[in-house]
Amino acid sequence: MIDAHDLVKHFGPTRAVDGLSFSAVKGEVVALLGPNGAGKSTTMRMLTGCLEPDSGIASICGYDAVRARRAAQSALGYLPEGAPAYPAMTPRAFTRFHLRVRGFKGQALRDAAELALERARMGDAAGRPIGMLSKGFKRRAALAAAIAHDPAVLILDEPTDGLDPNQKDGVRALIRMMAPDKTILISTHLLDEVEAICTRAIVITGGRIVSDTTPAGLISTAPDQSLAGAFRMLTGHSAEQAVARAASRRKRPS
Amino acid sequence: MTALWAVYRRELAAYFETPLAWVFLTAFSIAAPSFAWHVGGLFETGRADLAPLFDYLPWLLMVLMPALAMRAWAEERETGTLEMLLAAPIALWAAALAKFLAAWTVAILALGLTFPLWIAVNHLGNPDNAAIATAYFGAALLAGGYLAISQALSATTSNQVIAFVLATGACLILTAAGLPLVLDAVAAQLPGVYAEALAGLSALSRFDSLRRGVISLADLVYFLSLIATGLALAMALVDTRRGGGR
Repeated sequence: MIDAHDLVKHFGPTRAVDGLSFSAVKGEVVALLGPNGAGKSTTMRMLTGCLEPDSGIASICGYDAVRARRAAQSALGYLPEGAPAYPAMTPRAFTRFHLRVRGFKGQALRDAAELALERARMGDAAGRPIGMLSKGFKRRAALAAAIAHDPAVLILDEPTDGLDPNQKDGVRALIRMMAPDKTILISTHLLDEVEAICTRAIVITGGRIVSDTTPAGLISTAPDQSLAGAFRMLTGHSAEQAVARAASRRKRPS
Repeated sequence: MTALWAVYRRELAAYFETPLAWVFLTAFSIAAPSFAWHVGGLFETGRADLAPLFDYLPWLLMVLMPALAMRAWAEERETGTLEMLLAAPIALWAAALAKFLAAWTVAILALGLTFPLWIAVNHLGNPDNAAIATAYFGAALLAGGYLAISQALSATTSNQVIAFVLATGACLILTAAGLPLVLDAVAAQLPGVYAEALAGLSALSRFDSLRRGVISLADLVYFLSLIATGLALAMALVDTRRGGGR
């Protein structure tokens, strides 16, 4: 469903993503973890067709995100970092706009929009301009637009950032509810989120994957048997060694 | 087409959901007749036509069209919604065309606000209504050309003020290139062919024949090419943000 093969992306002299490869299938909720600037958002942007890789292939449901961009984009829902939305629009109008772009019309459009707004728990805020809503409601409005067309693949960049604990629980419950029928990729800095909803955790640093395992597997690598410990070990002082280990693993013949 | 229609609807609604369209329409409905009355002497020429309105319209459009188009891409970049738009299954040409058509709709609506002047001159005399209709058609094409160029410059920055200044500068060059003052200065320094070429590129020269009620294929091709060039440039500038390495 999601396939990243040897993705490389430079910004000027900086190699933001450096030969990154992974696949995810239906039913998986994959967390992309890593420090700021590790290449998580850039990877997501390449998968969604917002950015073209310098080399490598990003594909969604078998469609190349560059060569068959619109087919790939039709199969995915994307919540960009910061959950941007048009401030003068209401969440209802914003969700309907997303659906119209994807060819929905009439009663099907109205039903899909209302279901998405309900799932995102927008309540009465669905009829107020997005620019007047709190950060949490803005994020949920963008989430409603991302899930409205019931895509096979969801790519969510920090979906619970800025939400209060109750709202976080709501979004996590929604992700768990959708998970069996979709492939979901989320980036997050919240390690408890990984344990709560993810079936797999990929740790990136310096644009490379340094760990790709289950949350339990990741915890078991840490001396203190915690996700935070594993994250620090992989992305902190010992990150360079981890990158070297990952590189040597890739070179080893299988 | 579905995506184009969706973006067009959103863009048009965005103009009217914010004060932009209302301020623009109010400013235009006051400024255009004021120019015709006070500068052009509409009721003092003794002629039943709208020449005083169309004489000054290019200068008004030169400033107001960039104000209408400055948000096209700059606002998308500023708010981050460009990333959302680039991730949606919309062809870039459809997004650019939809944005242009929405702005053009508002511009044509603004031109429509000057129709009371047309009615007034019909009450006062017997104007050549076909010539006036042609002049309105020319004004719509001129507005479209300015909007397309302004949209392209809006794609160069995330700051709407910078987009406005750049677009006004570009429209000024397009307009002033046809002024006798500029053409005489060029003719004095360079061979006549350069002045002729400059006049040929000027939106003012092209609008001039339409203003007088004359439709020529060359003028139509010029304005449609100007619109197509502006939109193609906007598309190319937005597409570079994808940063393709192949």
